Amino acid sequence: MSRPIVIKNASLYGDTTASLLIEDGVITAVGDVETPDDAVVVEADGLVALPGLVDLHTHLREPGREDAETIETGSRAAARGGWTAVHAMANTNPVADTAGVVEQVYSRGQEIGLCDVFPVGAVTVGLKGEHLSEMGAMASSKARVRLFSDDGVCVYDPVIMRRALEYVKTFDGAVVQHAQDLRLTEGAQMHEGEVSAELGLAGWPAVAEESIVARDALLAEHVGSRVHVQHLSTAGSVEIVRWAKDRAIQVTAEATPHHLLLTDESARTYDPLFKVNPPLRTQADVDALRQAVADGTIDIIATDHAPHASEDKDCEWASASFGMLGLETALGVIQKVLVDTGACTWRDVARLMSEAPARIGQVDDRHGRPLAEGEPANITLVDPNAAWTVEADQLASRARNTPYGGIELPGRAVATFLRGVPTHVDPTLEGAFA
Amino acid sequence: MRHLLSTKDLTKSDAILILDTAAQMAATQEREVRKLPTLRGKTVVNLFFEDSTRTRISFEAAAKRLSADVINFSAKGSSVSKGESLKDTALTLQAMGADAVVVRHWASGAAYQLAHGGWLHGSVLNAGDGTHQHPTQSLLDAFTIRKHLVTSPLGADLNGLTVAIVGDVLHSRVARSNVHLLHTLGAKVVLVAPATLVPVGIDPWPCDVVHTLDEAIESYDIDALMMLRVQRERMTGGGSAFFPSPAEYTRIYGLDGDRLRRLPDHAIVMHPGPMNRGLEISAEAADSPRSVIVEQVANGVAVRMAALYLLLAGEEAAQ
Repeated sequence: MSRPIVIKNASLYGDTTASLLIEDGVITAVGDVETPDDAVVVEADGLVALPGLVDLHTHLREPGREDAETIETGSRAAARGGWTAVHAMANTNPVADTAGVVEQVYSRGQEIGLCDVFPVGAVTVGLKGEHLSEMGAMASSKARVRLFSDDGVCVYDPVIMRRALEYVKTFDGAVVQHAQDLRLTEGAQMHEGEVSAELGLAGWPAVAEESIVARDALLAEHVGSRVHVQHLSTAGSVEIVRWAKDRAIQVTAEATPHHLLLTDESARTYDPLFKVNPPLRTQADVDALRQAVADGTIDIIATDHAPHASEDKDCEWASASFGMLGLETALGVIQKVLVDTGACTWRDVARLMSEAPARIGQVDDRHGRPLAEGEPANITLVDPNAAWTVEADQLASRARNTPYGGIELPGRAVATFLRGVPTHVDPTLEGAFA
Repeated sequence: MRHLLSTKDLTKSDAILILDTAAQMAATQEREVRKLPTLRGKTVVNLFFEDSTRTRISFEAAAKRLSADVINFSAKGSSVSKGESLKDTALTLQAMGADAVVVRHWASGAAYQLAHGGWLHGSVLNAGDGTHQHPTQSLLDAFTIRKHLVTSPLGADLNGLTVAIVGDVLHSRVARSNVHLLHTLGAKVVLVAPATLVPVGIDPWPCDVVHTLDEAIESYDIDALMMLRVQRERMTGGGSAFFPSPAEYTRIYGLDGDRLRRLPDHAIVMHPGPMNRGLEISAEAADSPRSVIVEQVANGVAVRMAALYLLLAGEEAAQ
């Protein structure tokens, strides 16, 4: 039996101050809590308590690229970033397109115990876009897969996309789409616009995303299924999702912290740390995305945490892999671009980074729960005044490809609890657990 | 000047200094003994990740006429098959003590990365990076234009002149370099290309864009007409082709005798080479007295001597 934990005088959701009593992995009291004699007391004045964060878009690279990240190092990065659950994308080697692979990933996550790892299954065998994978087997496996994605590659063939949308209805799943017209983006390196024209890097036009978002919304409407659009990056995609939601199409959408902060101007350094797919867009796109998050058009924030070995980034821009780290910096970036700007409250952050992703991932029986008596103690404590400078060498991820090195972020997760177990405790709070 | 990476980095006085220095260098090339002792003891590495015999021998001649030691380093690899990494190559050159690295690379930005990656201390001279920049090509073009069309060239800019650049602007580092440099020097630049070969996002470029060569000849008083090389692979690839056929390209964008005769009498014809005779330029135009194409090659050596001199000897003078 572990010791009870009292989180004293935290600001729940950033609005009401209360204490939380955690016993046996469950929140057993909220408010003026009596402190049991043997309790661990976390003095939480000035800290914001949120339901544990849930990432719907994570690359853990295991199996296959353990030199870039493992389920263990990725889980540690997640815990440090305030996440209690992550959804691991299927583009591993072997691809997560069978019950065997997804069960292994899920079990390894449980064994490590730093966050729940929910595997996302591949839509097509080997992510090749040719044959549907055995989604039913993955759904009924121990990993209980509900989300399916060929992320990294678009499910491009409209017939396969239609069939996938229909098929997942069998187990109330959703297709998670990496929206990218493959023909329009052959050899593409960065956002197609004024900066790409000058730099001589092949363009990735906004229309290549928007045309697929529009097609998939129409397909989802036609067959009455659910589609989730990953990493929305353009103002035009926002308009299409807004239109689809007005028509009551079952579409949800995510934005990444990097698409809410960085622009294509970063490419002027030719530093592949800024090479990501979809690419960083213009300030007008960033502004539209922020507005869409604030008004609810975009449902969630997801990291698209994409670790890469240094040799895949320390090279020519055109040779470099797409992707950037995100788990440990997401909360700080979101505070910077949404909370500190007044666009969102911490209550909104709880919805965007915990409740809504848990609902879309269908893990809302365990995650994204209210901070209330009787609920599982998945809790993230945020110190919004603990500004820090990102240093790539200090990250828990095995990879080092953060685009935020040297940048100051205004706050961070200082403690993370997964079913009452502290999975991350900031040095400033370690005394309480001694 | 530490590096020469992009013509966008050059001020007007930088550019004029390079052109004037090139004029001095060109004058020395008419002497009986053409070799100058200026860069004795300096090591210049020609680092070529992409084959270009013309550019390499031009830089080699320039460095040797300044008495530098020249090492030619041909690195294998492409965007498809990666060879030794840029970083490892740079560290190797640093270990060899390169004072200047002349780099030609298939990847846009490679010269910038080499200069700013912290891997080597020497000066980096961009000899063409992907579809980004080729600054010495545009400097030799500007030098050639100034020599032919400006009455007292020394110290002068290109104010009042109109230069039309015809062809594959989208994939052309020559076009990108020239738009900035010629604009900085006061010339008016007109790009002539089918819309498929004009980059999206061109609006801020300081130039006009027209879509047929005839329109350019009719609407502008062209002083210099620069024909770009058209890569054969842009016309093939079925659904990925940028224009329908070589014949149609030649009809709309090719410089033939008829179009040549409609240019003002003083207008010069330029081409960065190697030419596709019969495609973007007819033999009649290429071999006409208005063609300065062969002279461009000679001027290339003088301009590259000037760039190497200003990067290497100029640095010492400043210390």
